Amino acid sequence: MTVDLSRRQFLSASAALGGGLLIGFRTGAAHTVEGAAGAAFTPNAFIRIGSDGQIVLTMPYVEMGQGTYTSIPMLIAEELEVDLKQIRLEHAPPNEKLYANPLLGVQATGNSNAIRGSWQPLRQAGATARTLLVSAAAKRWNVDPASCRAQRGEVRHAPTGRRLKYAELAADAARMPVPASVVLKRAVDFKLIGTPAKRLDTPSKVNGSAVYGIDARPPGVKIATLAQSPVFGGRVKSVDDAKAKAVKGVRQIVRLDDAVAVVADHMGAAKKGLAALVIEWDDGPHAQLDSQKIVDELEKATLNPGAVAQNVGNVDSAMASAVTKVEAAYQVPFLAHATMEPMNCTVHVRKDGCEVWVGNQALGRAQAVAAKTAGLPLDKVVVHNHLIGGGFGRRLEVDGVIRAVEIAKHVDGPVKVVWTREEDIQHDMYRPTFFDRISAGLDEKGAPVAWNNRFAGSSIIARWLPPAFNNGLDPDTTEGAIDLVYALPTCTSSTCGWNLRAFRRPSGAASGRRTMSS
Amino acid sequence: MPHTLTINGRARSVDVDDDTPLLWVLRDVLGMTGTKFGCGAALCGACTVHVDGAPTRSCITPISSVAGKKIVTIEAIGRTPAGKKIQQAWIDLEVPQCGYCQSGQIMSASALLAKNPRPSDTDIDNAMSGNICRCGTYVRIREGIKHAAHGSANGKKGA
Repeated sequence: MTVDLSRRQFLSASAALGGGLLIGFRTGAAHTVEGAAGAAFTPNAFIRIGSDGQIVLTMPYVEMGQGTYTSIPMLIAEELEVDLKQIRLEHAPPNEKLYANPLLGVQATGNSNAIRGSWQPLRQAGATARTLLVSAAAKRWNVDPASCRAQRGEVRHAPTGRRLKYAELAADAARMPVPASVVLKRAVDFKLIGTPAKRLDTPSKVNGSAVYGIDARPPGVKIATLAQSPVFGGRVKSVDDAKAKAVKGVRQIVRLDDAVAVVADHMGAAKKGLAALVIEWDDGPHAQLDSQKIVDELEKATLNPGAVAQNVGNVDSAMASAVTKVEAAYQVPFLAHATMEPMNCTVHVRKDGCEVWVGNQALGRAQAVAAKTAGLPLDKVVVHNHLIGGGFGRRLEVDGVIRAVEIAKHVDGPVKVVWTREEDIQHDMYRPTFFDRISAGLDEKGAPVAWNNRFAGSSIIARWLPPAFNNGLDPDTTEGAIDLVYALPTCTSSTCGWNLRAFRRPSGAASGRRTMSS
Repeated sequence: MPHTLTINGRARSVDVDDDTPLLWVLRDVLGMTGTKFGCGAALCGACTVHVDGAPTRSCITPISSVAGKKIVTIEAIGRTPAGKKIQQAWIDLEVPQCGYCQSGQIMSASALLAKNPRPSDTDIDNAMSGNICRCGTYVRIREGIKHAAHGSANGKKGA
């Protein structure tokens, strides 16, 4: 297996941030058992078996098309010994202790690592529940647990043919002591893992019944849409809302420092009201900034030495001895995520609490910023997660939640803030623009002897996961430069023994640029 | 002013401006959220419904223009033979990913199939080119339509 240095650095940084996560998981599990009071069997934060027969699995990762609402249940159901048909899913509430992604240290769905992070702990969660259910059955029958088997949502005692459904065992299982360790199934015994299971979310996605964040409809909800300062950092100078207020169905105009929202009975009226607003903007400190200026600055930065991500051998002397030199510059532009489901968030702010309905990839953060913006303690903020109509990282961000709470603070009752597509594209948290300058030296056979890659761009990690940003290096942006797939085979080839001392010097340059995208 | 509409066989009355797009009447006034908002400019197809059987972008369709016409949405498309086949094909072939565009995809596909029971690849491309899928499920969408056209027994499995 290829060792990806940058990822390893990233993970160690994340592990430091999320230290004790697995312990937290176990603590949470024990706590839940104590609090179960026999009503339902909740051996941990992922499984709830009611005496009514309901088997509910709580999903710590959110579904946005990647299939996590099928693959995660497969991990749990495999060890719990239930059919996928027997379970019901629910979105996890925000809880960093119970639902943090072990590989990120925060409750987040991203980085394509849900299965890697869940492989051990969620199978363990299923196995723990199964062990307790088997113990409960064995106790009731007064037999050796080893003579009992869990299968398809029931425990069977093979020698006597007796059977008990999980529902019938739930109350007893909730009172059993949690085992210190459990045995996980051997791969050869897997019935679900490794099979092409049907996606559990598909039926609801073909008949309109799937509920995305944008479909949330708490009773009495109003619909708002908004205009944010066209220039980042700008402010509202003046608003003439006379015509907007006259639009049928428009209820209220909310003016914020850097945005104006129109609250209405439906989005049609809100959009019509928005179009009728006359807003004068103060473009603020970035009034003169444009994409070309940013690219120019990045290009300049790549001419200077920067933070060194990797340095193998002496590139300067290898380059000097090269027969041919090749130089090229590569650029990627700012890009909007353009999720199919436009940005939206529904919020009800009351004096004593706040309720949020949103589809988000980082639910703990959504709760935290909602609490901060509403001026409420964390435990007064309830967040309901939803299916996501495209994430791609856009919904790892919580700017939309902050904005919706800011607006909702001025509105009596729940309000759904829906961004127009135009607003969604213009105010994306863009994928940053980058400038890469690559020079290579080739020998007389055309094989590379020196490789120099200097690049500059803004760092998402510095803003989103600061502990993973060290010495000016963002592992998310250096990984492709360090783990250079084209160069490595040459490097290890016996025809180029010289290159053991040659090679790459990618430089993350221009530390001053790193927060530009935010 | 009040408008009377026939949606999924049922008469509904709503009091909104004449130029209010059908999409918002469905989603926000009537609470039928299966029809999706994607762009508001008839560019993505997520809001597709049937008006007298024709696939129509509800986000730019003024409510005044659909009075007296038969509107069918994703919530009821399974009651039509073509819609039922398409839905089943979508399940059989696991067409959706995030699923947000799929209401519109299914409405466009079922309108095609109702008119043209054996569509060619070109027919499919022509009928479906206005529906964007950000997950990129296009290959399975095409297979899904063929699967529905040929019946589950004869359709190809997998994309």
